[in-house]
Amino acid sequence: MTDVMPAGERRQLAPPTVETGVFGWMRKNLFSSWGNGITTIVLIVVVAWILSNFLHWALFTATFDAKSGAECRGHGACWALIREKYRYIFFGSFPYEQHWRPLFAVIAMLAMLILSSDRRMWNKRLIAIWGIGSFITFLLMFGEISISISLILFMALAVGGLGMILRGSIAPPAELNGWRALAGIGAVGLVLRMVGVLPAWGLAIAPFSYVETGLWGGIPVTMILATYGLLFAFPFGILLALGRRSNLPLIKGLCVGFIELIRGVPLISLLIMASVMLPLFLPSGMNIDKFLRAQVAVILFAGAYIAEIIRGGLQSLPKGQFEAADAVGLNYVQKTTLIILPQALRVVIPPLINTFIGFFKDTSLVLIIGIFDFLNTANQALVDPNWAGFPGEVYLFAAFVYFCFCYSMSRYSKYLEIELNKGTRR
Amino acid sequence: MRSFVLAAAVGVAAALAAGNAFAGKDLDAIKARGALICGVPTGIAGFAAADSQGKWVGLDIDVCRAVSTAIFGESEKVKYVPLTSQQRFTALQSGEVDLLSNNTTVTLQRDTALGLDFTAITYYDGQGFLVPRKLGVKSAKELDGATICVAPGTTTELNLADYFRANKMTFKPVVIEKAEEIRAAFYAGRCDVYTTDVSSLAATRAANVPPPAKPEDFIILPEIISKEPLGPMVRHGDNQFADIIRWTQFAMLEAEEYGITSGNVDEMVKSENPTIKRILGVTPGMGKALGVDDRWVYNIIKQVGNYGESYDRHVGPHSLLKIDRGVNRLWTQGGLQYAPPIR
Repeated sequence: MTDVMPAGERRQLAPPTVETGVFGWMRKNLFSSWGNGITTIVLIVVVAWILSNFLHWALFTATFDAKSGAECRGHGACWALIREKYRYIFFGSFPYEQHWRPLFAVIAMLAMLILSSDRRMWNKRLIAIWGIGSFITFLLMFGEISISISLILFMALAVGGLGMILRGSIAPPAELNGWRALAGIGAVGLVLRMVGVLPAWGLAIAPFSYVETGLWGGIPVTMILATYGLLFAFPFGILLALGRRSNLPLIKGLCVGFIELIRGVPLISLLIMASVMLPLFLPSGMNIDKFLRAQVAVILFAGAYIAEIIRGGLQSLPKGQFEAADAVGLNYVQKTTLIILPQALRVVIPPLINTFIGFFKDTSLVLIIGIFDFLNTANQALVDPNWAGFPGEVYLFAAFVYFCFCYSMSRYSKYLEIELNKGTRR
Repeated sequence: MRSFVLAAAVGVAAALAAGNAFAGKDLDAIKARGALICGVPTGIAGFAAADSQGKWVGLDIDVCRAVSTAIFGESEKVKYVPLTSQQRFTALQSGEVDLLSNNTTVTLQRDTALGLDFTAITYYDGQGFLVPRKLGVKSAKELDGATICVAPGTTTELNLADYFRANKMTFKPVVIEKAEEIRAAFYAGRCDVYTTDVSSLAATRAANVPPPAKPEDFIILPEIISKEPLGPMVRHGDNQFADIIRWTQFAMLEAEEYGITSGNVDEMVKSENPTIKRILGVTPGMGKALGVDDRWVYNIIKQVGNYGESYDRHVGPHSLLKIDRGVNRLWTQGGLQYAPPIR
């Protein structure tokens, strides 16, 4: 390209001022024809009318400070209701003077989520972040945590066993012996515990007073149900997706059956099953915590959906990847964890976050089994006869909080989509 | 022959007695746990609702608190489990809760087929009518030709039709599913009358009246057209626990009848009236017979109050619901609340 002008051609002039700047933009985008111009004006009038009415109600005639709902009547929005009830809406029936505990638990969970959204943390650090974050969260919520010796031994066995499978034949013998030793200690310890040689000892950490799950409520419940629902559903979904592609007919059949069964029923019916039917099948006197039952129902439900998303990722991989992994001599577990999953998961992260957003909102269905999540505590604020009769304010407030969470997740998903596709973009 | 029959009868009686285990397993479990687990509704104004600090309050809650006081001498040893109406019976059957204080209407089916037992009736509810005062109606008998807002597919709708047919009147139903929407329709004037249970009518009137109208501009008509007796429930199998709940309610009624309130109970202990002495445990024996502390009634009245106090506080004149005491008055004042004597 050169700047030499062909002979006889006039010098280029700047475009007329009516076509640049604000006016130019408006003319091009808002008033390009008579029809568009009229549409623009009508829409501006409608939006302005709605907005002015809304602001009149929500701001100019609103009551921000009142002793009871009676003082609010006859005016605009009653934000005094939110002011009176916000602690209940956020934290439910958690002991009032200890509300700092769920507050810090929520902060810990948010910190955990924000830290793990940074791609630089996507390695072993992630395990540390979630381990410490979850420990802090549940310690604050429960007030005390007792880690029994059986659990410690079981963890040793599980970690050792996993290490042996994952690193088998590709790790130096010293490391492999370490995994074997860990698994061995776990297995022997568990056997000894069952026989009764080891005492029923537990590591009790109890810095605060115990608060049972029945008293939990509000935003921590919504966050725990959604976050841990997805956290546990994720590996479960991976296993289901792999099982569905398995060559073994029994495993394949089980996985397909499970996925189709769960996807074929609404979450509400699963929750009702977990809360109403399950206790009838259990021997009398045996009770599984209501919150845990709901959590498990959410995990099963989310697992089936995640499995289908991950199957999409698995199917997008070219066959050569599988064959190459086989040719190198990796076993099934190594092939899957080292070659297949990293590529498949990269593809499906945006739809996974989409599922997460959906589940964050779906958790509000637990209100039908009497668990007080954020939406349900907002509902409850309306029952108090002192303050009843202002559903608009409460639901607007709840919608605002949900929007803050979901919008930030959706922005993050957008960012990830760009970030992860850097390699494939031209 | 006669002696054989007698022996057999004694044997059967002994077997039954052993089967009915007097020292109940539920009560033992509650004592071992150190807390009563009470199934409550998930939010009904005046009966069970969480206040701004997340504390449960209401008439149903006071039942749990009173039973806790009878067993432990303290009203706060209760864990509340909010249950929806679908969950509540299975939660009790499966042992998730010890006691259901859940605005449950006593019916034959529930008392028998579900394997549950009602103890006492804590509140007599019933279907009534809410009308604007400016309508000038004083009785439901004057509602011929009225437009009536009602929820579909409930006994409420059937009761309404039956009542109007029995009184040879006609009405125009406006059928709306959701309570919030019915209330809005009623206040917007889409119907003259709103019918549902009186306690719910009172909550509607207290909370949802749009300005500039006032709650006093609406009245609940005196006619009650259905019976909805509400009471706490327990599982079959622990009669002693059921007895404690039943007599806790009776004690609160007896206390009101004899003028014992949370304010004057300490003076009443010095009373010379033998009945009051028996009730408050000054003359021992009653608590022991029930298997609780002899000062159980004293503790209940001191910490929870008598029935009238509880009623006034949550649904009566001291609350916003302002439900007329009506049939829930003591029998001495022409109501239905009648407690057998504590003796």
